[in-house]
Amino acid sequence: MINTFIGNFGHLMTIVAFVTALITAYAYYQYFKAPELEKANWRRFSRISFSLHAISSVLIAVSLFEIIYNHRFEYFYAYSHSSKALPVHYMISSFWEGQEGAFILWIFWNVVLGSILIATNKFWEAPVMIVFALVQAFLVSMILGVVIGDLKIGSTPFILLRDATQAPIFQMNPDFIPEDGTGLNPLLQNIWMVIHPPTLFLGYASTLVPFAFLMGGLVTRKYSEWIRPALPWAIFSAMILGMGIIMGAYWAYVTLNFGGYWNWDPVENAVYVPWLVLVASIHTMITFKKSATALKTSIVLVISTFILVLYATFLVRSGVLGDSSVHSFTDLGLSGQLLIYMLFFLVVAIILAVRAWRHIPSSEKEASVYSREFWIFIGATTLGLMAFQVILPTSIPAWNALVEGFGGISNMAPPADQIEFYTKFQLWFAVVIALLTAVGQFFWWQKMDKKALKEALLTPYIISVLLSAAVIVLAKVYDWKYIIVVLAGTFTITANAVILIRILKKSTFKLAGGSLAHIGLGMVLIGVMFSSGYSDVISINMSGLTYSNSWEDELNKEHVLLWINKPIQMKDYTVIYRGRQKKVVGIPEYVPARILEETDAVNKMIALEGYKDYFQKGDEVDIVLEENDYFRIEYYQNEVMKFSLSPMSQFNEGMGGLISSPDSKIFIDKDLYTYVAAMNDPEDPDWKEDELYEVAPGEQFHVADYVTYFDGADVLEELDGYTLQEGDVAVRANLRILDYDVEKTLQPTFIIRNNQVGKLPVIDNELGIKVSLENILPEENKFVFKVNQYQKDYVVMKAIVKPYINVLWMGTIIMLLGFTVAIYRRFDEFKKMRDKGLEA
Amino acid sequence: MKKGHLLGLGIIAIAIVIIMTSIGDASSYESFSTAKELKQEGNENAIHVVGQLKKDANGEVTGLNVREDKVSFTFVLVDNEGTEQEVFYNEPVPADFTRSESVVVIGSYKNDEIFIADKILMKCPSKYQETDVQAAGM
Repeated sequence: MINTFIGNFGHLMTIVAFVTALITAYAYYQYFKAPELEKANWRRFSRISFSLHAISSVLIAVSLFEIIYNHRFEYFYAYSHSSKALPVHYMISSFWEGQEGAFILWIFWNVVLGSILIATNKFWEAPVMIVFALVQAFLVSMILGVVIGDLKIGSTPFILLRDATQAPIFQMNPDFIPEDGTGLNPLLQNIWMVIHPPTLFLGYASTLVPFAFLMGGLVTRKYSEWIRPALPWAIFSAMILGMGIIMGAYWAYVTLNFGGYWNWDPVENAVYVPWLVLVASIHTMITFKKSATALKTSIVLVISTFILVLYATFLVRSGVLGDSSVHSFTDLGLSGQLLIYMLFFLVVAIILAVRAWRHIPSSEKEASVYSREFWIFIGATTLGLMAFQVILPTSIPAWNALVEGFGGISNMAPPADQIEFYTKFQLWFAVVIALLTAVGQFFWWQKMDKKALKEALLTPYIISVLLSAAVIVLAKVYDWKYIIVVLAGTFTITANAVILIRILKKSTFKLAGGSLAHIGLGMVLIGVMFSSGYSDVISINMSGLTYSNSWEDELNKEHVLLWINKPIQMKDYTVIYRGRQKKVVGIPEYVPARILEETDAVNKMIALEGYKDYFQKGDEVDIVLEENDYFRIEYYQNEVMKFSLSPMSQFNEGMGGLISSPDSKIFIDKDLYTYVAAMNDPEDPDWKEDELYEVAPGEQFHVADYVTYFDGADVLEELDGYTLQEGDVAVRANLRILDYDVEKTLQPTFIIRNNQVGKLPVIDNELGIKVSLENILPEENKFVFKVNQYQKDYVVMKAIVKPYINVLWMGTIIMLLGFTVAIYRRFDEFKKMRDKGLEA
Repeated sequence: MKKGHLLGLGIIAIAIVIIMTSIGDASSYESFSTAKELKQEGNENAIHVVGQLKKDANGEVTGLNVREDKVSFTFVLVDNEGTEQEVFYNEPVPADFTRSESVVVIGSYKNDEIFIADKILMKCPSKYQETDVQAAGM
């Protein structure tokens, strides 16, 4: 029976959340305006209203999760994003696989942040919460699912399958419920996909906090006081957003098979850009707190950050990027709504800022070259230019859409080689940033003039040149561009380390945030340079098979075909593919697939042989996702096996093909990254024609290309799976087949019962052959074997060496640590001022 | 001139350089016929062509040829003007290739017969959202 209650309830909660968001905005507006005497009343009313909004928002999420968790496939959302086989943590991923779920996540985080703000702030509650409530109204409207005539407002996740699709089954049986859902995209079945989206959306949501404080400041004419409460949140936001971005990059690296962590895909760019601007705004805000400059710049940057987050959402979710992004999000018909959302806040922010502009204090004094303000300003400008350089080409599809919206024709496309295009700019900007942080830190901590600067910089300069020289020689960095990157990176690391040591000696760890974050930045820069610039594809195709010599020599041949058991040379390694493996519940290692036989039950297989102490022949074993194959690739050096990797592939009918995930061998100084790009599909093999062999026991012959020994035959007393009757004769031939260094025994069987002959052929999928004992010729003492060939098992593989990638991951961790220290310091500062009653 | 003004001019100069190179390095969406013309004019820059895979009456993709060494393949793409063109791609067949609704190939002609794709983007609306109810479980 279709359960319509939960969907209706969820939809009702959506409407309640929408209405209460509007009421909250109105109530806080009244609270803000009200004379002192009535304030208490309005405040109570506003808070009640926000609480109702918070509760209903949480109930929206609860309803949707209930639908997914209880496999209610009568709902479109559960049907298209989940399935019965998913474990609970992947049900959580299904929750935000769809766009509606992602919006709910965003709404949820805003509710959490809003509640914290109400609890921690006295003065700013009203203006900040007006902005919050308005943002919530826009967000909830995205999942409202109200249709008035041709106007569609929002896309609801609570729609029933029968209303969402036109399947004919519903005309026959409106109460039809599918047995199972279509499941979660296997690429998203990954622990990083469980935690990356909530982190990223918390980052997105938290950019609202500094923006809301700024709007409050502009309205209440506290043009500079908003910075103190806003600053810890801005740093928090930068940290969380940065963490979300890195998690996404790491997920891409360990799960997607594009061979890297950053592809300059429009979806990646769309989140990188607001992060850059956010980091710039933090720096100008900190400068303002020290010296009352850069206030106007801070205001512009904080507004830009928030608007860029909305713009990113628009790009990703409007379908505008359809032709230029591999993420290919579909248009849910929300593009107009997203545009209104963005323009509304853009216009309001601009109006408020312009009105306040001439009242905003700014320092008339020219910033000296020896002042920290000057250097921070240059740094913020560089970050701004970095963001501009990325967002401009990324917006090309939006630009085309705009031109076409006005009836024009625009066929501009993003740069063909995105990685090369963006790197060529971002690399140099990053070098500038690294140098600025090194120099800037000294300006930050002491008064500078020409002489003092020289003295301060001399030691770190000498140390970093020596260090770089060592790195350049040892790691063989001979490209002048990369030499500069190494110099800039080590310079920022040493300069900031010198500052860090000084801070730790003199005062507390609390002040170390900046230098830690900058040390991390230097490491990230060096890590990126090595892992990308010196990334080396070692799986070069030497097979010499070319389509056309005239042009194909120029193409990269970056994949190799590995036949099972056949060694291939790849740079320093000899590589052998050893066959498929399965992951079995409760066994820490992979189990060869050839000793397991499929059953009709999902994820259950029967063991054809025992395996170590884990199971015996004939046992039923539980497989972790039976469609997953883990291909065992062994790496040899000097005839000794050094290690083996097991990249995963899934032949997924629903997703239309092969889904692959890499496996990496992690060394201290590099990763060896391996993935399977294509594989043999042994389902329903197309057996080639019969080949007959007449062989006497003890003879040697060739089956296909394999040397084969016929060791003789046994007469069997009993036979697995068959009851032998009186008078039956069962003969089993013993064939030994050699495939390179592997010897296999194949035992086709032949049964005679009442002059009838039964043949039990053996199939070896790895060798791609089927052998049956066709006949026995006693007078000639010969046995007749019938052989059919298919295709030997193979994989097409790519292997890349990524040097020093761990420096990158370590750098990001240190950077995030620096952010954390800085948040603690700034929040502590705000709290002390607030408790002294100085906050205003 | 004040330092601030110099700085402003510097920023504007860099911004202009960024805009110019962005336009200069941008490629364009073309049809196969214009791509061929570009090649004949000696323009070897990579371009984008949007099209659909060639399909037979049953909706099955035709013209897909995986080569012997499995590491590259050719297929037939029909662009929006209806021109059929054989395209070569020097990578194994991507997952969900045959299911894609439209395909963007980025590359250029190397000779008159064949278009060489450096990169392929597939648009599969069903990747994140199931749009039709499949027969399974019905």
